[in-house]
Amino acid sequence: MRGIQQHWSEFEAHGIRVAAISVDPAETTRNFTRKKGYIFTFLSDPNAEVIRRYDLLHPKAGPDEKDVARPAEFLLDPSGTVRWVNLTENYWVRATPEQMLQAANTVR
Amino acid sequence: MLWAGFALSVLAFISYFSVFVQFPWTRDFPWANLLLFGLAAGLLVVGSRRAFRLPELYRGKIFGVLLAALSVVIFGLFAFSIFVGGRRMPASTDAPRVGAKAPDFTLIDSDNKAVSLTSLLTDPLHGAAPKGALLVFYRGYW
Repeated sequence: MRGIQQHWSEFEAHGIRVAAISVDPAETTRNFTRKKGYIFTFLSDPNAEVIRRYDLLHPKAGPDEKDVARPAEFLLDPSGTVRWVNLTENYWVRATPEQMLQAANTVR
Repeated sequence: MLWAGFALSVLAFISYFSVFVQFPWTRDFPWANLLLFGLAAGLLVVGSRRAFRLPELYRGKIFGVLLAALSVVIFGLFAFSIFVGGRRMPASTDAPRVGAKAPDFTLIDSDNKAVSLTSLLTDPLHGAAPKGALLVFYRGYW
């Protein structure tokens, strides 16, 4: 996330809008992003409806056995078609900003 | 030396989750933490050998072994949670694949403003139509 923020202007320069999604309520996310200085869009999916729609639900994996999303990154073209996706095998391993920027280069 | 070794193995465990997880370079493979565990093991081995070889000079025959055993447990927990625990995820076989259309949605952003996938893809970015969008799903609980 820190990596995305550091490269955020490069994504914007590529014409790529970045949006993060988690189950956290908007207020929690607002406090978190203010504290960290993250300025890209953060979306709240507290009931994991969109997370389910994308088949990314990791049931009971959060605190107090709450559902969370498994980490995943999607690059979409303007028609909403997936051009690149990363579904990690291990949630400690995520796509690097460099990999995502490389993917961003493929949509022109 | 024995206590330093033990403290270092505790630090090696905690620092991944508090510090190193924030940087892709130290997160994707926890080499910095494995290095710290290695240093901790070195201190514990040297400290224990010293205690056994020169018991009149150095203490630690019993607590040295105990601290070393605890450190091995801590290391085991760390290795298990990173290399095994992290893989325990559902298969997500129905997640949108390359070439598929990403399902549309509307969610609220951190200012409680409704944002749809369509608006992410069509609202002008620096005065021009966006060339795409990067959706990043997080486990959250910040």
